[in-house]
Amino acid sequence: MSMIPDWLRSRRSKNSDGRDAALWTKCPVCGEVLYRRDLAANLDVCTKCGYHFRMNAYDRINTLIDGDFTEIGAEILPGDPLGWVDKKTYPVKLAGDREKSGISEGVVCGIGAIDGFEIALGVMDFHFRGGTMGTVVGERVTLLLEEARRRKLPCIIFTASGGARMEEGMFALMQMAKTTGAVARLKEEGLFFVTVLTDPTTGGVSASFAFEADVILAEPKAMIGFAGRRVIEQTIRQKLPDQFQTAEFLLEHGQIDMVVDRHDLKRTLVRLLEYARGAIGASP
Amino acid sequence: MNGNVIVERERGLLEVERRIADLRSANLNQPVDFSAEIAALEQKYESLQRELFGSLTPWEKVHMARHPSRPTSLDFIGQFDRFDELHGDREFRDDPAIVAGFALLRGRALMAIGQQRGRDTKENLRRNFGMVTPEGYRKVQRLAHIASRLGLPILTFIDTKGADPGISSEEHAQSEAIATCLYEFTRARVPIVAAVIGEGGSGGALALGIADFIVMLEHAVYSVASPEGCAAILWGDAAKAEEAAARLKLTSADLLRFGIIDEIIAEPLGGAHRDPQAVIATVLGAMSGAVERLARSSPEELREARYRKYRRVGAWQTERREDIETRVR
Repeated sequence: MSMIPDWLRSRRSKNSDGRDAALWTKCPVCGEVLYRRDLAANLDVCTKCGYHFRMNAYDRINTLIDGDFTEIGAEILPGDPLGWVDKKTYPVKLAGDREKSGISEGVVCGIGAIDGFEIALGVMDFHFRGGTMGTVVGERVTLLLEEARRRKLPCIIFTASGGARMEEGMFALMQMAKTTGAVARLKEEGLFFVTVLTDPTTGGVSASFAFEADVILAEPKAMIGFAGRRVIEQTIRQKLPDQFQTAEFLLEHGQIDMVVDRHDLKRTLVRLLEYARGAIGASP
Repeated sequence: MNGNVIVERERGLLEVERRIADLRSANLNQPVDFSAEIAALEQKYESLQRELFGSLTPWEKVHMARHPSRPTSLDFIGQFDRFDELHGDREFRDDPAIVAGFALLRGRALMAIGQQRGRDTKENLRRNFGMVTPEGYRKVQRLAHIASRLGLPILTFIDTKGADPGISSEEHAQSEAIATCLYEFTRARVPIVAAVIGEGGSGGALALGIADFIVMLEHAVYSVASPEGCAAILWGDAAKAEEAAARLKLTSADLLRFGIIDEIIAEPLGGAHRDPQAVIATVLGAMSGAVERLARSSPEELREARYRKYRRVGAWQTERREDIETRVR
């Protein structure tokens, strides 16, 4: 476990961007050219059309956590169990991801306070290998859930994932089983588990802990599903409607509880935590 | 199935088989003695078989696992002493890609659950090629729950290229259906024994795969994604499936070495379909033995051991100062 003071977190997240020099960025949806500082001040939401950019894990943590954040599992780093090689070796791919994203793996986990509520918080980051779940993501999420259980804390996990990580083969698939076991043990202790599905949440992550939470929130327009859009289109040989697999589509089909704008997310989570606190100790 | 490399190879063997049969009938009906020719052909047959099937690449094993004559879940379940199929998810429909119900094996009542592909085109269409929809996974959850309550061990048979990737499956929450299967199996208070009999593809297979003991047929495969899916995801080209099959380490020998499965059941030369009765008997014997061993543990011990088993799986390094320790467990 390592303590990350505020100043280091903000520095890390700035570095993690890797585009400090670029002052401007373009909204991929409406095409508006946005001043990066304005975008960051607006929680990475397009000031014109409301598009929610994919957030860096440390930026997300900064928007939620008051004060210090004690990281869990930061020392756990990927191995190369299959000795994977295609155009590059797996370790070379990972080194590239580390440099590009500024983080050491696809999830950052730890303990911190949100509006005074101590919580276990996990935040996945799509910028590292597409947020795919290999051993390290599974192990860090499991350590987080176990720590939450030990300290009797509610747990909140933000998901962003392209699914299981191919380069770790069956070791990646088995993380679905591992994390599920840890979720079950947390819930059996009467502890509250919330997931926030962000763009995109698919495959092995959506089919394990993402959909095992008590309450499931999602960010607007986030793509959420089991199979990827391309796979479905190839299978059925027709184009899918635009709304298919969006957060709004899932809400309509009864699969999630709420779609929450990023600006309202912290407030919503705190309200949920208040209800959960009311229940703990009151029921048998 | 089109383009199955194993089926193609069998054509050459069939020709020799036919010639042996012809000579045998000629031997009976004609005064000439063909014994020497028959013996020579039989020898040729043997060596041809060894040459064709003696050592299979991962990609050839994928094709063996998909062989149209390979025994399916129902072939295994058919060898139980009793089986009463149960149907439906109680919400929407019955998914024929899952066959499941009460069963009796060597005097023990249990719950059997399997993924079922079709044995011909018509049945494949009805059973969706063994690709399970959310309704099928909800049937699995329901029956696993009953088994856990009644104290019946659960036996599963894994044989699917993956969960159904259709529009309706997404509308009916395929992710949640699989996740809840994993959850039910994690919590089940009874022994769970799984057999990977054909192709085990991705989360759709794992939904029946959380088990206390896992046996796998020698030429079955089990992977994080189908080779075609993996090639499409990584390289945008499903045609590179053969390369993906080699890299994914999806064979029974790989998975035993990784500790992901517990026992390999040998297949006859040429594959399980060459002698299905013997293979099925061996698999059921191994599963039954595992159930009896596991049944000595209390429900809590079973759940705790299951958690610890999956808790260990993975390969990572721990960074501590300059000391990097590699752990492959």
